[in-house]
Amino acid sequence: MPKLIKQRRVVEDSWQTLFLQPGEEPETMIIPPGPVLVPLAVWELQRLELRERNDPVGVWLGPEDEPAVIADDLVYLPVIAVRFPHFKDGRGYSTAALLRRRYGYTGELRAIGDVLRDQMFYLHRVGFDAFEPRADRCIEGALAALDDFSVTYQGAHVQDQPLFRRRAA
Amino acid sequence: MYRYDDYDRTLVRERVAQFRNQTERFLAGQLSVEEFRFLRVQNGLYIQRHAPMLRIAVPYGLLSSTQLRGLAHVARRYDRGYGHFTTRLNFQLNWPELPRVPDILAELAEVEMHAIQTSGNCIRNTTVDPLAGVGHREVADPRPWAEIIRQWSTLHPEFAYLPRKFKIAVSGGPDDDANVRIHDMGFQLVRRDDELGFRVWVGGGLGRTPILAQVINGFLPWQHLITYAEAVMRVYNRFGRRDNPFKARIKILVKALGAEEFARQVEAEWAHTKYGPATLTQTEVDRVSAYFTQPPYQTSLPATDGALDQARRNDKAFDRWVENSVHAHRVVGYVAVTLSLKAPGRRPGDITSEQLESVAGLAERFSFGEVRITQTQNIILPDIRCADLYLLWQELVHLGLATPATGLLTDITCCPGGDLCELANARSVPIANGIQALFTDQNTVEDIGELKLNISGCMNACGHHHVGHIGVLGVDKQGKEFYQVTLGGAWGMEAALGKVIGPSLAANDVPGAVSRIVEHYRSIRNPGERFIDTLRRAGVDGFKAEAYRNVSPAEQEREAVNA
Ligand code: SF4
Repeated sequence: MPKLIKQRRVVEDSWQTLFLQPGEEPETMIIPPGPVLVPLAVWELQRLELRERNDPVGVWLGPEDEPAVIADDLVYLPVIAVRFPHFKDGRGYSTAALLRRRYGYTGELRAIGDVLRDQMFYLHRVGFDAFEPRADRCIEGALAALDDFSVTYQGAHVQDQPLFRRRAA
Repeated sequence: MYRYDDYDRTLVRERVAQFRNQTERFLAGQLSVEEFRFLRVQNGLYIQRHAPMLRIAVPYGLLSSTQLRGLAHVARRYDRGYGHFTTRLNFQLNWPELPRVPDILAELAEVEMHAIQTSGNCIRNTTVDPLAGVGHREVADPRPWAEIIRQWSTLHPEFAYLPRKFKIAVSGGPDDDANVRIHDMGFQLVRRDDELGFRVWVGGGLGRTPILAQVINGFLPWQHLITYAEAVMRVYNRFGRRDNPFKARIKILVKALGAEEFARQVEAEWAHTKYGPATLTQTEVDRVSAYFTQPPYQTSLPATDGALDQARRNDKAFDRWVENSVHAHRVVGYVAVTLSLKAPGRRPGDITSEQLESVAGLAERFSFGEVRITQTQNIILPDIRCADLYLLWQELVHLGLATPATGLLTDITCCPGGDLCELANARSVPIANGIQALFTDQNTVEDIGELKLNISGCMNACGHHHVGHIGVLGVDKQGKEFYQVTLGGAWGMEAALGKVIGPSLAANDVPGAVSRIVEHYRSIRNPGERFIDTLRRAGVDGFKAEAYRNVSPAEQEREAVNA
């Protein structure tokens, strides 16, 4: 089973991330049993069926997906993943920030795709608490990178008060 | 001047450790070339034509004597004993060795310096007016706000992988010597009734598609500086183009949406975060401002100094230098002084370790131990007693830092260009030196008066050629170096983008063309009229005809074919 960093521990990942194959339509995509992360388009079109399902279901968002679309569905989603097709595409950081701070999502927020140790600190701060580091890299290194810095100036999901509000008066 | 506290010190040291680890992993083959590229540029490290280049931040252009000595030390120990001040308030080392860069950064951290976010698609070093805190017409000192922005933007988790680089300027008042209009986002301090706030500009930038910033908020009360900036950044991070790096700057997004629509989206975003924890407090602004209080000026100095006047009368060279290098100061009996890094025949902006150390000593002796770096690649000593000017000048002459050219034609702003820069289309320094060589007569240069001449070696416009009254841009024509000339650019609140006057010129023809353009100005100007004003009044055609007058027809024809 693939590995996942979840709440600062390396764990086995039982979730399967589903992608639309060429020619496959979101309305008719067949959802296999077991815990799955479906593309946003599939969630939007199969929402009612998916909510009725026995196995857990989550959604993954690409960089262009608008998180407001699932703002009313958050209670049904134990896991939301944000996919980074390339680590240099930083839109997912704003997606995470919006899900946590604007829409108040409290479930598992997972970074998937081109997730590397050098982005871990930032990813964690904007609200990710689960990470699928790229399979060819050392997962322990990624875990350690969560603590690259002990100091932060600005507020974010993790430590929402900027430094100037935390200083001793 | 701002001093690090334990938080700053810890953060910069942890950043050095992180970068050391990244460098080691790269050297061990655990990071790909591309992955390391994105990581190293966020710490100012380029791989250049001949060697790596390390870009060190000079936050909003301020340096202490200790920091000057620190730069001198790393330049000597890890490089060839000199470095280069850029138009973007950075200090560049041209020949460091990659495995030793973490050691350089560790040494810099000891003098409260770093290379964090001096490159890469993130928020860069903030620019302020070079005479911040001493200028006459200042509404408020921009430096505390720039320091607040520095802290907020340093390792900002949401905005480290923007579509493209992002540059911010804060200007202290109506003159805008920070050039907010050529920055991605600019904050211009304004007062409304008794309230302090900012006029907010966005969408400026030079490069391939030069655009001047537009106002998206006429008055932003100071408390909201950071929440508003975050709203701008978030709209840009989410909706800025990422499919084409040449269209990825915020200016393209603002242009595509229109400033009004962009402002509306920012407002909509801001509505959610306004009054949030990032709202600034008076306590914080006071805390940061306390680092930028006035130095202990001598009070009740005379406005004029008899000895100074006498020295000027007796020493023509000194008089010239005073005329061209000294700026008015808010405190009676003091002036600010430009130390010119434009000695003819040298690379503009270059400085040796010995010079850096000497400047550190002079700053301590005469100017409370602080200097400023300018966007025109010079150094300013901000607080000089008039009575010390003659002594100071003699020292500067000795150091080669007293070229009396500030603000004049030979004070050329020029990027490193093809001699060093990997991205260059053409060399820029030989053009600057060639023009300087045609204007060796100081009387002529002074007679020409205020004239900004800017040279860039490629589209990236590090030499800010678009906003030079005369701009020169290196272009590559089938492997040969050619140069486009632009006229009519300007800085600050009168900012304008220069227009290309015609086919590009061979390197040999550029100094002559500049010279004829300038001669034309002298022949048609009204008494007291600046170059830029004559150009605006008379139009570009006459200048253009002069520029091409002596260029060999073969050259022009070949150009036309290639154009
Ligand atoms: S303008 Fe071009 S050549 Fe000059 S320093 Fe910038 S990138 Fe290099």
